[in-house]
Amino acid sequence: MNGIDLQDLNVWFGDYEERVDAVKSATFSVPEGGSFGLVGESGSGKSTILRAITGLASDWSGRMDVLGKPLGKTRDRQFYRQVQMVFQDPYASLHPRHSVDAVLSETLQLHGFSDVDARISKLLDDVGLGSTFRFRYPHQLSGGQRQRVAIARSLAAEPAILLLDEPTSALDVSVQAEILNLLTDLRAERNLTYLMVSHDLAVVGHICDHIAVMQHGEIVETLSVEDMRARKVKNAYTEHLLASI
Amino acid sequence: MSSAQTLRQWLTSDVPTSRRQAKLAALYQAWLAFRGNLMAMIGLAILLLLVFTATFAPWLAPHDPLAQDLAARLQPPLTEGYFLGSDSLGRDILSRLIYGSRITLYIVAMVTLLAPVVGLFVGTIAGYVGGWTDAILMRLTDIFLAFPRLVLALAFVAALGAGIENAVLAISLTAWPPYARMARAETLTIRNSDYIHAIRLQGAGAMRIITKHIWPLCISSLVVRVTLDMAGIILAAAGLGFLGLGAQPPSPEWGAMISEGRKFILDHWWVATMPGLAIFTVSLAFNLLGDGLRDVLDPKDGSQ
Repeated sequence: MNGIDLQDLNVWFGDYEERVDAVKSATFSVPEGGSFGLVGESGSGKSTILRAITGLASDWSGRMDVLGKPLGKTRDRQFYRQVQMVFQDPYASLHPRHSVDAVLSETLQLHGFSDVDARISKLLDDVGLGSTFRFRYPHQLSGGQRQRVAIARSLAAEPAILLLDEPTSALDVSVQAEILNLLTDLRAERNLTYLMVSHDLAVVGHICDHIAVMQHGEIVETLSVEDMRARKVKNAYTEHLLASI
Repeated sequence: MSSAQTLRQWLTSDVPTSRRQAKLAALYQAWLAFRGNLMAMIGLAILLLLVFTATFAPWLAPHDPLAQDLAARLQPPLTEGYFLGSDSLGRDILSRLIYGSRITLYIVAMVTLLAPVVGLFVGTIAGYVGGWTDAILMRLTDIFLAFPRLVLALAFVAALGAGIENAVLAISLTAWPPYARMARAETLTIRNSDYIHAIRLQGAGAMRIITKHIWPLCISSLVVRVTLDMAGIILAAAGLGFLGLGAQPPSPEWGAMISEGRKFILDHWWVATMPGLAIFTVSLAFNLLGDGLRDVLDPKDGSQ
């Protein structure tokens, strides 16, 4: 069974003359437990694919299967227990007036867990933040610490699939490495399926085993990371992208 | 936590150990920022004095505010027994001002309970839900906004009868649209932020998002706006009182007192001036407080 299966996915914003086709007939699949990267420059539609899967972008056509189940127009709570997302900017993804404790306990309550206290401690330990951080507010945390909180929140529901929207691009280089290692460890521990968006091929090479290259809303090439490292590419744009690192 | 020093350490700790401590520490930080603003502290002091005066009016007032003494009418200020003078019926102006503070506080409390709450509901729902709901709620707001404030209040009071409750209702009815607009504008900037998306991805419904995630961010700017508007609201209430449509005599409402003093304003200036000064002081205090609160609460500041 595949973790994520997309077939001929189109996503657009606006209607009629204002319509912008953000994603055009994207097709790829991520095996369960696999790690798949979407790369491309900004505006190429890679984040939009994640938003379509999570239901944040509602205008789409085609077919999306998650863990063998086709997705409809709306997502239920069951879906959000299986699929979670980590956002790009940790400075924008945490509510400025909610403490770490408030963020995690609300999330856990929404997913119907009762042993909230124990789970919060466990989650904070899992993402490498001690319980000393539990009652802090976002403005008392660094960017890396915030992103760890965001990762803890996405893990709270114990999902099988994690969508990562450039989870390190807003962070310092040294902190980037920490977060990437954390993500690698978490995946190994919990057998997570990753779908990661990035414009940084080095980051994708570190985390993923397959990548798809996107340009102007279309997937121009899908290849394995080994092929990418060996520069065994067929498409001119992929060549160009690889040459730039 | 016996001495003040350890309490302060507890409040400023970087590693709060409980929910309560984290909340109190955040409040304490805000208080520290607020305390640094001298003007705001003056405003707060005046308003605390107002609350104190209203609470202990029967003990503070030297006379019964309604007791008439025609032998001692229109006494100038600093007369024996009449510190701020007496009015045309020989009632002590100081005592009337002290009792009038209760009415002013009542107006302030009622308008604060009505207008911003209605505005917050309408604005955040319109902003978050969008579409037809937004269009209908906002056009309704526009209609209320198009009415001249005092004239609508006049019509309302004329229809329901003069009295302080109806004056408050009338003022609230005309005061909520700006709050709705503001709350909607704030909601529109908040609703597409990642932290709202993030909670949507936890399966949270619209009601939870509006009340738990959008309101806390709208309320601070609303509080600031309400305090700044409070001067205008007190003046509107006084204006209605002055026109004879608010508090009715012999109630010691400050606007009504000015209205009564109008007849003697040339020969006996204090009758209208003293309540005027009271309105001025309280309005100023609200403005000062609002300005200080803006410095502390403004979420765009980011630090809080």
